[in-house]
Amino acid sequence: MLHIVNKSPTERNSVESCLAHAKKGSKVLLIEDAVYAATKGGAAEARVRSAMADVTIYALQPDLAARGMADRVIDGVNLVDYGGFVDLVAEQANCQSWL
Amino acid sequence: MSEEMDMEEGGTIKKFMFVNRKAPYGTIYALESLEVVLISAAFEQDVSLAFVDDGVYQLMKGINTDGIEMKSFAKTYRALEGYDIEKLYVDRESMEARGISEDDLIVDVQVVSAAEMADLMNEQDVVLSF
Repeated sequence: MLHIVNKSPTERNSVESCLAHAKKGSKVLLIEDAVYAATKGGAAEARVRSAMADVTIYALQPDLAARGMADRVIDGVNLVDYGGFVDLVAEQANCQSWL
Repeated sequence: MSEEMDMEEGGTIKKFMFVNRKAPYGTIYALESLEVVLISAAFEQDVSLAFVDDGVYQLMKGINTDGIEMKSFAKTYRALEGYDIEKLYVDRESMEARGISEDDLIVDVQVVSAAEMADLMNEQDVVLSF
């Protein structure tokens, strides 16, 4: 399954709840304000790093750039563009959005 | 009210604070705040801007919105000085929790503690939240 999150980890618990419910081997795509979870020094960094043991984390690069965070991405987070976003959705059997 | 605080037309200058607590671009709050800030400047009010929680992200350097097809308003913060809006306060704890420092910000600001911010909020006539 592909999980898609679009809320800031310091404003809502969407990232935290998503990671708590994502099964091993699933994929998590961070978009819009959720890309802050993919950045170094943030409150969610430790949680995201530990989640990487079980799930693959992706972040939408245009959303990182729009927030001035493109140079702060946690090592191991996979960056995708809109085409990559579509590929992720298409190659997974199902997907779930965490609003 | 002191004489220098009275406008020629008899209007009163009030202390306005705009409290920004949302990240930019994900929601419309940051842009809407900036619009009202500029309007208040046109009415020659005593304007302060506070950046707290995710609001500190509004002032990040290096913003490039080409990829999301939205207009960047990052440079507007730099233009505020031209409207005599020079009181920009950023909450220290909010920056630290997000791993960012004063050097990461696009404009000169005053970094304040939560207690100092509380005092600044308390001395306002009007506080508008975004």
